[in-house]
Order: sequence, then C-alpha cells, then structure tokens
Amino acid sequence: MDFPEDLHYTQEHEWLRVEGNDGVVGITDFAQDALGDVVFVELPPVGATFAPGQAFGVVESNKTVSDLFAPVAGRVTAVNHVLRDEPELVNSDPYGAGWMIRLALTDREQVNRLLYADAYRTFVAQQRT
Amino acid sequence: MSGYTPHTEGDIAAMLAAIGASSIDDLFAQVPAGLRPRATIDLPPGLTEPELRARFEALAARNAGGTGPAVFLGAGAYPHWVPTAVDQVLLRSEFLTAYTPYQPEVSQGTLQATFEFQTFAALLLGLEVANASMYDGASAAAEAVLMARRMLPDRHTVWLSRALHPHYRAVIRTYVRGLGDVVVREVPFAADGRTDLGALEGDLGPDALAVVLGQPNVFGVLEDVAAVAARTGAAGALIITATAEPLALAMVRPPGACGADIAVAEGQSFGLPVSYGGPGVGLFAARERDVRSMPGRIVGETVDAHGRRGFVLTLATREQHIRRERATSNICTNQGLCALAVTAYLSLLGRQGLRALATTNYRAAHAVATRLEAAGVARRFDGPFFNEFVVQAPIARWEALVRDGVVAGFPLARWYPELDDALVVCVTEMHGAADIDRLVRGLAAPAARAASG
Amino acid sequence: MLLDEPLIFERGATGRIGWAVAEPPGGGQDGPALPPDLRRDDDLAGLPEVSELEVVRHFVRLSQWNYSAATTLYPLGSCTMKYNPVVNEALARLPGFATLHPLVPDRLAQGALELIAGLEAALAALSGLDAVCLQPAAGAQGELLGMLLVRAHHVARGDPRRRVLIPSSAHGTNPASAALCGYQVAEVAVDARGLLPAAAVAAAMDESVAALMVTNPNTLGLFEEEIEAAAAAVHARGGLVYMDGANFNALMGVARPGDMGVDVMQFNLHKTFSTPHGGGGPGAGPVAVRAPLAPYLPVPRLVRSDAGLAWSDDAPQSVGRMRSFYGNFGVLVRAFAYIARLGAVGLADVTRLAVLNANYVRARLQGAYHLPYDTPSLHECVFSDRHLQDSGVSTLDVAKRLLDYGFYAPTIYFPLVVKGALMIEPTETETKETLDAFVNALLAIADEARTDPALLRNAPHRARLARLDETRAARRPILRWQPR
Ligand SMILES: Cc1ncc(COP(=O)(O)O)c(C=O)c1O
Repeated sequence: MDFPEDLHYTQEHEWLRVEGNDGVVGITDFAQDALGDVVFVELPPVGATFAPGQAFGVVESNKTVSDLFAPVAGRVTAVNHVLRDEPELVNSDPYGAGWMIRLALTDREQVNRLLYADAYRTFVAQQRT
Repeated sequence: MSGYTPHTEGDIAAMLAAIGASSIDDLFAQVPAGLRPRATIDLPPGLTEPELRARFEALAARNAGGTGPAVFLGAGAYPHWVPTAVDQVLLRSEFLTAYTPYQPEVSQGTLQATFEFQTFAALLLGLEVANASMYDGASAAAEAVLMARRMLPDRHTVWLSRALHPHYRAVIRTYVRGLGDVVVREVPFAADGRTDLGALEGDLGPDALAVVLGQPNVFGVLEDVAAVAARTGAAGALIITATAEPLALAMVRPPGACGADIAVAEGQSFGLPVSYGGPGVGLFAARERDVRSMPGRIVGETVDAHGRRGFVLTLATREQHIRRERATSNICTNQGLCALAVTAYLSLLGRQGLRALATTNYRAAHAVATRLEAAGVARRFDGPFFNEFVVQAPIARWEALVRDGVVAGFPLARWYPELDDALVVCVTEMHGAADIDRLVRGLAAPAARAASG
Repeated sequence: MLLDEPLIFERGATGRIGWAVAEPPGGGQDGPALPPDLRRDDDLAGLPEVSELEVVRHFVRLSQWNYSAATTLYPLGSCTMKYNPVVNEALARLPGFATLHPLVPDRLAQGALELIAGLEAALAALSGLDAVCLQPAAGAQGELLGMLLVRAHHVARGDPRRRVLIPSSAHGTNPASAALCGYQVAEVAVDARGLLPAAAVAAAMDESVAALMVTNPNTLGLFEEEIEAAAAAVHARGGLVYMDGANFNALMGVARPGDMGVDVMQFNLHKTFSTPHGGGGPGAGPVAVRAPLAPYLPVPRLVRSDAGLAWSDDAPQSVGRMRSFYGNFGVLVRAFAYIARLGAVGLADVTRLAVLNANYVRARLQGAYHLPYDTPSLHECVFSDRHLQDSGVSTLDVAKRLLDYGFYAPTIYFPLVVKGALMIEPTETETKETLDAFVNALLAIADEARTDPALLRNAPHRARLARLDETRAARRPILRWQPR
C-alpha cells in the first residue's frame, strides 16, 4: 500500500497536499481499498468553508457510505468534477486524478497537526490488527 | 390441524435429539418464566378450510361489492375492469411468494418487471426516472415533500392546494409532524374548481419549499399544471403533482411535460381492484439529476460476468439498510406485487388500449354530466374534467338513492363543509346503461324527473 | 431450460393491441374536447403494442427466472418466508371484498368492518396491548406511526424529548423511522451475549430520551432476557418502550409484549401472518398500543354502536393519517384468514415449530460455521464467515453457491453487529427433509471452500445469470428503458 512521503494524513484516512497557500484533499490508498469500488462522490460547492474535522462530502461504494472530513480549515476553491462521471478514479489513482477538493487554507499552522506518512502507516497497521 | 406445519412425532423427536433438548419447551428457557403463563392465546379454535370459506363468504356478502348496488364512487379509488390475464400473472407463485430481490441472479423476473414498471411510471408521468414503488399515492406525495426538503434545505413552507385529495393532505401533514421545520399551508380553490392561481401567486414567498396539487384534483378537475409550475418556479420553489386517477394521464399532458419537478400517482386504476382502499401502489418519478435524493428502491440495468444484460437493485446507499438514520426514507417493503399488476396491465392495454380506455372514460363521464345538467342537476365547477365531476344535489336525494341501491357519488361536505349538497360522481367503463339511467333519474330535480317521465 | 425474454418495450408491432375496450355506454356523446394546452401530445409513444399471448408469455418467462418460497426453501432471516396458504388468495378475491369501494356508506361495508374489528381484536389479544390500528402499509410505516405516537404522548406532556435509544443490532428501518420523527438516534451496544443489557439502557436513560426502540426477539434471534428491567428503567425516567414486532413468529403463545413492559409495537403481517411477500410487498404493519396512547392513533377509528360498526374521524388528538383509506385491506383479509384457520392452538404451534426448526439448523451447522453468539436462540440463527476466511471465501460467496444447490440465500451482512453475517430463518412450514438437504448443502459448501474456493467465488454456476456487476449499475445508472 502506497503512502507518499510528501503528503499529510488524518486518522479519518484523508490526505492533504500543500501547494502554496492551498491544500489539495483526497482519500488514502488504504481508504479506497477498504471501501471497495467507489461508485459516487458527493462534493461541496466552490466557496463553501469548512472547519477542521467538519464533513465536506460523502464517498459511496456499493454497500457503504462514508463522510469525508476536512483535514484543516479552508474555503473550497475547486472541486474535482471529473469524479462525477468517473468515481473509479478514487480507486485507481487516489493521490492523483482521484483528488477531491482544493482548499484555500485558513491557517497553515493546522497542517502541522496532521500525520506524516510514517505515522499514518503505523496507524493503519494498528487498524488492521 | 391446518396442514401448514409438516412435523410428525418422529420428526420432532429426531430434531430434539439432534439439538440435545428434551422438549420443545426447553428451547424457550431464555424467556423469563413469569411471562409464559400469561401468554396463553385467547382466540377461538381453528377452522377447517370449508368452515373458513363459509365464514369469509358470509362476511363478504355483507358488503356492497360484487353484484350489489350501483356505485358511482371515485374520490381516490377507481373501479376499472381488471383483465383476467393481469390477475393470472399475480398468482404466479414465483412472483407472489418471492421477496425483495436481494440475490439478483435468481430474482431476474422481479427485477426486470420492476425495471419495466419504472419505465411505465416515468413515461406516464413525463419525467426521467421513477422508483420501484411507494406504499400508495398519498404516502408517495408525503415522500415527495420530504425529498423537496432535501433538495431545498433552506426553505420550509409547503403549500398544499385545498383541492388536493384530503387524505393526501392529511398524510403529508402527518409525515412532517415530527420534523418541526416544515410549515404546511393551504392554497384555496377558485370557482372553477382549480387551485386559485391568484392566491397562490400572492402566497409564494422566499421561504416556499414546494407546492403540491392534484392532477386531476379531488373534484375531478384538471389543473393548469404549467401555469402553477411557472409561478412556483419563479418563486424558486418546487412543484409536486399527485395523481389519484392515472388513467387521466393517457389523455392529459403529463406533469413532467408541464414542469413538475416530482410527480407521484396512485396506481390502483391500472390493474388492481379497489379492495376497500388497499393495497394500491405509489408511483414516484423525478428528474435524473435528483435521483440521489429519491426515496425507495430502484432497479438498474447492468451485465453479468459473461456480459449478458441483467438487472439489480442499485443506488442503495440512499436507503435505510445502509444509511440508517440518514436514509432518504424509512421504506423497506414496498408494494412490489401491485407494481407488477400495473406493469402487466399497462403492457396488455399498451399504447392503443390505454388511449381508447381513457377516451371511453372521458366520454362516459361527460355524457352523464350532460344528461344530469339537462335534468336540472348542475355541475358545481366548470373547470375541465376527466371521468369525475361535482354536481349540486340535495343530500336527501343522495340518501334516498342509497336506499334504492345507487351510491350517487361521494357527498363532499364530509371533507369540505363549505360544499353543501355537492356530490363528486365518477363514471368509468364499468358503469352500465341501466345503472346510469337510475343515477340520472334519481338525482334529477323533481320537475325534470316528472318531465322525463 | 430458461428462455430469453426481452423487455416488454422491445416486443410487439405498431398497431397491435392486447386488450380491446368496449364502446362507451349510452352511445357516448363526445363532450367538449380537452383544451389543447391540457392535451397529451406525445401519443403515448414508447408504450408497448403487444397481444395478450405475448404479455402472458412475457410474464410467465420472467417468473421462471425467480426463486420463490413456493419454489424452494427461502431462508431469508428476519423475513419469515413461510408458506403462504393459497386459500387466502381465493378469499381476498371474493367480490364482496375485492370490489368494495372504500367510500361506500359504512352500513354497506359491515362485513369488511367486522373483519377489521376481528383482526384488531386478535392482534390486541396476541400482544397483550389495548388498541390496534391497521392502517400502516408495512413494518417501517408501523414504526413511523409508533414513533409519532411516542412523540404525541410527550408533546402532550410539554416536551417531545430529543433522543431514541436503539440497540446496535437493530434493523435499518428503526433508526430511519426515529429520524423521520425528528429524533436523534443514540445507539446502545449489545453485550457479549448479543443481548441488550438493562444496565446499559438505564445508564443511557435520562429525561431527553423519548423511547427505547427494541426488537424482541432481536435480530440475532435471541430473546431479550432483560427486557422487563430495561423497560422499567425507561419508564422510571418517563420514556416509552417501542417494540419492533417483525420477529413475532417467535412469540405467539410464549410471551406478550404488553406483559414485558412494551407500550407500542408493530406487527408485520407479511411475516408472522403468512401474507405473500409479492417480490417486495404489499405488506401490512399494524400498530398496537397501551390505552393511554390510543387517543393519538390515526383517523379514522373504527367504533361500534347499536347501528353497527362505523368509521369515526372524531379524534382531536390523533396524529392524522398514514395513508389513504384504511390500510392494505386485501392483506388484512389474508392475515385474518390465517389466524381464523389456525386458531389459538395452531398459532402456538407455529411458534413452537418455527423455533424447533431454527434450533435444528443451528445445531447441525454449528462447528462448520462460526456462531458468533452462542446464547440459545429462538426462530432464527446467525452465523458468520469467520471459519472460512482462511480459504479466502466470504459470506457473499457462500450465499451465491447456495443458489447452485437450489436454495435461496439467507439474509447476509445483517445484523451489522456480526461481521459477515449469515442469518437463517427456516420457519415452521419446512419439513425435516428440506432442512436436512439445506444443511447438507451448507456443509458441502464449507468443504468446497477449503478444496475449491474458486468454485464459490465464481458462483452461481447454475442460475440464469452469473454474478451481476453492481458497481457498473451504480456508477453509470440506467434506470429505465428509453424509446429510440
Ligand atoms: C427486524 C425488522 N424490522 C423492521 C422491518 C421492516 O419491515 P417492512 O419491510 O415491512 O417495512 C424488517 C423487515 O424487513 C425487519 O426484519
């Protein structure tokens, strides 16, 4: 299972990639694998703002529904509309074409509270046992 | 002994031995002892099949069904001929005794028929998609209001046309009772029996969530859905139509084509007997883009592992078994077999038959209305109608007719105190010439009756 | 051999008609034409044009693609797929019932009203409760009504309260119905025995809790041993106890909800009382209540006077209506026929033999399949796929393979408290021979899981279709046929 070093992670299995003052958000390889075939992703409108840990959307597989949580606070500046027609990208390329939203970060400091790849990998290993 | 349970003494002994119990009673050891003695069933002994039949035939004989009085009642339940082939399909055990098609590989019959039902519902209501059925037309209307609330979460006032069937209005009110954030208001009807457009326009504020109206409405009058839709849309609210007599939609422009956002109907007219008001079946249709807000089960097309076409329950994440308290509805068991009746009925009548039957109903009802008018029994509303209309006649005349074996429609004062001496009369292909003559003669004003001899 | 069959929309030819209509009675004057702006202008394009034989053949072929309770054992847990007596079909079709219009004056419907009164009384007797309403169309609508009654009770005391306690083993309709009533769901975990501990209820209980919503026996098939204490804890803080009666097949003659402290419950007539499931309905979900809740029941209420039975709308505290008219009357006829046919002794036997059958299956499968809760169970038993995991086989694979053996599958992946659940409810109407064949099939499948797991993972092999692509259906929904 792949957890790129340049990303930040949450215990809810989202990742965040910092790009300047923005953060791009998606779900991890572990999360997509646990969900199985993703069939639908519900994303917020551009302009919506979220507090850390607030639900910003929903990801559905055939038999499950999971909330998506904002890793940090921010205002949505873009959403990945391609997922509307091709939700399978979340499975096939969770860190790339399967990205979900782009946030203008309210407070870059919050990024420091997220997990590094190592810590997340350990967390996931514990989840499995 | 009924023969419904197959156990011999030997079976029971062998099974108890395998379980390691000494008696069936032992299997209930977990039930607190104090509860058991009080649970002795206080009901009469069982009947043999002939006794059962006799008892039920005696009960049925005390009802006005079958060859009893001539009944000109609609008002939410419509007498139409049920072709024998339809009931024959319902009696196929493979349909009758299956359940929700959780294992699609061995439920393709139910699934394909449901997919066909969804297609019929969408075609008739003029919308893009439909679900696998709701309990009935009234609860479907309530579910439509709940769907509107999901689509426009910031608005709270639902406007019900007062000409919408009172049961539908009551069910909507019941369904939103617990939510606390939906306000239900009513729009009056105008002199022509239609929803009062002027009043509606004044009423619709920025908080308007949806407008719900009947098509045809409870007076049998056909609403100008497009005009209501234009005003509702301008106010940013949704328009929901509820059709209790869907046969009308074979002639009348379908709600979707008039701009309705959600259209529901009671499907009983299509292949189900009136059966003292149930079971019927709710049809529920909406736009494809709103499908994830829809309540109820939905069947979709797919392929099997070898690429062959097949059908499955789909978009199930909306439903209670997955989303639980956040589901779009709590519905689980729906009206599957009744949906099958609708599917078989509409297949059988098809394009030609349905059009012809609608024309027959329209003409029959208009012919009776014309004769009544000539006999001095005026129509109460002058709006266009399909197979049901309201006339003005003294209730005493209606009562006398009941004694003579004719139920001359439904006295509306029970539902609308302001509509004294108004009867809503329904005429379908089921009403014979002799009964119609009795109806016209019995309702006629005394002078006209004398004149017509 | 199963024949292919297209959609009905793909059959037929323009101009063909399956059922001709007679000319309108009375010569049929035309009357004014509909105003053009009201007229349908698509000429009903898309509707089929087929003959009667084509229609009959279409549906006969489709029917042959279904497994049903009349075809084979249909051990769907929580659904009580018992035999649906055929005589009841004939009785519901008596013209005096089937063609009775719901708005005829009450004096012309006395037989129907007597039947309704009789069924209300029978359900009251079986539940040990005081009043019954037959209006709800299915179990879930009964739950919704029950929660509305709970709410009305609290509102009359000044505060609707906010929360409803629901055990983690509950059916999805329970939380969905409570939420539809504006309540927040507070989940109470079942304990290691699979039961709801009264202490946990007492700990969760406070004045914000409107009700405990409990299924008894619960969805693991276990009698809630501590229900009386749990109910007392709820009542002590002013709450009410709602019982989901979907599993009533295990209780007749054994225990009455009214005696357990239950205030309000629903029955599922399509389960316990043998009305056919119809491929997903119609059902009926009557609600029974203690007397203090009766004033809130839906209108109309049936009342008896010297003039006979009549409907009355005079119930100022009523929650209103759940649906049009009085309920799924045709279903009520069948259920009442079932009760009348079996009588007191027959109904008690139903429960005894349903529990015997389920325990027999459980005893024979134990060992080969993992039993997550070994508390003695009543009318159904729940296994899991844990023993099979090493072979890489899941509950879904077992279910699909059972279809090859000619049985429908148990309920799977429910209740949620069991991972990989296989929930088996054989019902009382199955013979020992059928149960043996079913058990032997499951034992053979457990062996196959070890020796040839691919056989399971690719099952079914003998159904009309192989496994269906549900992901594709959900990702690119095709929800109806489209006219070309
Ligand atoms: C335990 C339980 N509760 C409630 C329900 C809901 O009943 P219905 O499907 O009739 O709405 C079911 C059935 O599906 C059930 O198994």
